[in-house]
Amino acid sequence: MLGDFRLYFRYIGISVRSQMQYRWSFIMMTIGHFLTTGIEFVGIWILFQRFGNIRGWSLAEVALCYGIVNIAFSISDATTRGFDMFHIMVKGGEFDRLLLRPRSTALQVAGQELTMRRIGRLTQGLIVLLWSAHTLGIVWSPAKVALTGAAALGGACLFCGLFVLQATLAFWTVETLEIVNTVTYGGVETAQFPLSIYRPWLRRFFTGVIPLATVSYFPALAILGRGAGSAVPPALQWGAPLAGFAFLLAALQVWKFGVRHYTSTGS
Amino acid sequence: MPQIVVDDLVKTFRVAERQPGLWGAARGLLKRRHRTVEALAGVSFGIETGELVGYIGPNGAGKSTTVKVLAGILVPDSGRCEVLGRVPWRERVANAREIGVVFGQRTQLWWDLPVIESFELLRDIYRVSPQAHLRSRDELVDMLDMEPLLDVPVRQLSLGQRMRCDLAAALLHSPPVLYLDEPTIGLDAVSKLAVRDFVRQLNRERGVTIILTTHDMDDIEALCTRIIVINEGHILSDGTLNDLRARVTTERWLIVDLAEEDGDVADPQATVISREGHRVCLRFDPDEVSAAELIGRITAGHAIRDLFVENPPIEEIIARLYGEQCR
Repeated sequence: MLGDFRLYFRYIGISVRSQMQYRWSFIMMTIGHFLTTGIEFVGIWILFQRFGNIRGWSLAEVALCYGIVNIAFSISDATTRGFDMFHIMVKGGEFDRLLLRPRSTALQVAGQELTMRRIGRLTQGLIVLLWSAHTLGIVWSPAKVALTGAAALGGACLFCGLFVLQATLAFWTVETLEIVNTVTYGGVETAQFPLSIYRPWLRRFFTGVIPLATVSYFPALAILGRGAGSAVPPALQWGAPLAGFAFLLAALQVWKFGVRHYTSTGS
Repeated sequence: MPQIVVDDLVKTFRVAERQPGLWGAARGLLKRRHRTVEALAGVSFGIETGELVGYIGPNGAGKSTTVKVLAGILVPDSGRCEVLGRVPWRERVANAREIGVVFGQRTQLWWDLPVIESFELLRDIYRVSPQAHLRSRDELVDMLDMEPLLDVPVRQLSLGQRMRCDLAAALLHSPPVLYLDEPTIGLDAVSKLAVRDFVRQLNRERGVTIILTTHDMDDIEALCTRIIVINEGHILSDGTLNDLRARVTTERWLIVDLAEEDGDVADPQATVISREGHRVCLRFDPDEVSAAELIGRITAGHAIRDLFVENPPIEEIIARLYGEQCR
């Protein structure tokens, strides 16, 4: 296990170094990424200028969900580039090379790249989150800080799980399946807003099937202090980030199943 | 028990058939026809520790499929396979630590990294201790004469240089078993010789068991004590080079360099295969006529500059073996 982390950081070190060889390109892309994802929040801001609030949620409260989800997504987006590009690897027969090595395949795929320019979205999400906390005057108890961190990490794991699932499909078909992108990117858009504004079926989908909203929305209730009057029990508000970790573990099991399928078909 | 056991391996692939044209592609979206290809149709052999075996056959014969099964990256439909007492696909990771694999067509190294950094990464991947790594690395660098290549990024290496680095990379963790898949493909003559010398040394001095697949018959002739020939998933022959020759043909070739150009050599007990300038090549059956008798008759009738007797080239033998099976 410890050896696995060591190897992962070695891989990542190589990836980061090769990205830093083109330093200006990295800086410009990061700023670009910051601005393009930041435009989204400007859109939400304009929306609130027009309507004031959405189903009882103010802009600053929505910003908290938005911040958590964007931090979570940027982390997963940076760490799962290898899975995102995995279908190309399978098509080119490169995956065989990973199987020849005495290490887990998921670790080797994850180690392909750490996409540094995702810092753009990460910074943007963090700024929105801090602005929200400042505006709402949230008192940061250690528990709340921990919960916010857990929500971001749980969310990151959940998105990572989605990328892993998408990559797993490459074992059955070499065509990219945009349907998973619909869930992933659609999920990011959806989870930026509080779950309670959506229709019941969509709420159920993002709670039960892909527990995306749970990792941001339920903890947000506790952080915002809106939990007391809510129908969501406190245990769920504080425990929801675990769903993200569980989802990733489940996705990795599906991945293993995919690898077994690959080795038995060889295609 | 042999170090590598392969017993009645069967592997079939389902291949999607593409239909020609735009209309065919559109129809393929809805309904795809599949065809079953039998890559291995009951392959069996055993390889002892320290053997150097040539595994040859035409493209699509099942060579790579066998190597993939032995490497643990492909699960066969049926049959038994053990490498050092392990079933490769059940214990992929443990098996991977005991084998080295080189694919001539594709590098195992990291394209953008200097060679030495690829080696360090492999050290961590294979969990080799720093001392053992350095010892192994220095020895390989010395054997392959690759000191000047260590700081060069892999993408800047020539094919011959890259192959030397790939060989070293596959052996850094000191595996007792090595699979070489066309290690001399596309190499110039000097590089080929270097690779061959290295492989021979590895086998003779370190006792590494090697399975070599190749299309280069000179590799086979120079290196292998045993040759397994496979075609269409079946093993056609398994034995020494001489066994193979004896099985396919006993014929010998007599090559004669005449003093005069365009001289005509003919003998009732030999057939002329080729005639090029001064050189005439004849084929004869030693059971029918001895080399001495034939040479005696020819030298009596012609002014000869030089002559020698040799075995038919191995390409010829293999081609006949494949042909035999087709009939």
